[in-house]
Amino acid sequence: MMRYVLFFCAALLAAASLHAKEAVPAADDPVVEKRAVTLEEQLRCLVCQNQTIAESRADLAMDLKKEIREQIKAGKSDEQIKQFLVDRYGDFVLYKPPFKPITALLWGGPFLLLVGGVIGLFVYQRRRRGRVVQASLSDDEQARAEALLQSNEDRA
Amino acid sequence: MKRFLIPLGIFVVLVGFLALGLRLNPREVPSPLIDKPAPPFTLPELVDPQRSFSQKDMLGKVWMLNVWASWCVSCREEHPVLVAFSKRNIVPVYGLNYKDDRKDALAWLSKLGNPYTMSIMDRDGRIGIDYGVYGVPETYVIDKQGVIRYKQIGPVTPEVLEAKILPLVKKLQG
Repeated sequence: MMRYVLFFCAALLAAASLHAKEAVPAADDPVVEKRAVTLEEQLRCLVCQNQTIAESRADLAMDLKKEIREQIKAGKSDEQIKQFLVDRYGDFVLYKPPFKPITALLWGGPFLLLVGGVIGLFVYQRRRRGRVVQASLSDDEQARAEALLQSNEDRA
Repeated sequence: MKRFLIPLGIFVVLVGFLALGLRLNPREVPSPLIDKPAPPFTLPELVDPQRSFSQKDMLGKVWMLNVWASWCVSCREEHPVLVAFSKRNIVPVYGLNYKDDRKDALAWLSKLGNPYTMSIMDRDGRIGIDYGVYGVPETYVIDKQGVIRYKQIGPVTPEVLEAKILPLVKKLQG
């Protein structure tokens, strides 16, 4: 029985390695490699969408990693490389999209919510104050309350 | 009663947003290449790799460029649609065989039919990057001036052909 279990585990392991793809060889120059990784962490993999190019093992991400390393070696600046990708895949490739009319709501939305919240709080506070004032006692009640308090003090 | 109205209103707006979000396809990222000149390439032909083909050869004609690969599952779904479409002879369809093995690609075409006027090989996916390919199959409609006018991400369906591609092609052929 144990032998079958071991065989099964070995088969699973073998299957896993069959699916693994070769990693992109790291650039020889550590400076290039560091710049490439920093860039890749700011870029979206369009195949998996919620991973950066640095994290992704998708085929396209591998190709783009290679492309980025080649461009760094060719002396391109980070901005030029980002622009290269934006020209091809659009702003969506950037995890930090630029401020444009179409992204205004994306960038401004949280501030709008904040302003809305503050206004809401303000209005609520005012209304509540109004209600508290309304709940003030009439002269008659005031006199009764004072009498009660008085009698309490007497007892103490 | 009134105090329930505000949470209810917020709920309805939220459901509205969610319903809208469900209908959108996050895979369909608008391409920045629309209305831009088709990126240049010169690539070997699939059938005869000695010969090469460039996007410039198509200046003056409206044409379609379909990115496909034998390893691509959705391409198999799309293929019969393209085969049927090519028989109508409305517009030439060229194939960009993307990151594929030549032998596999040829076997695929002989088994499932060849809708392409010609296929070219992008072995390392370099031209695919220039065309912003990220989800094969993808299809481009390119006008007489060599400008990309439409990009379909994912399989071309009969509905997309009739509703979007054909009217556009007719207009461009004018």
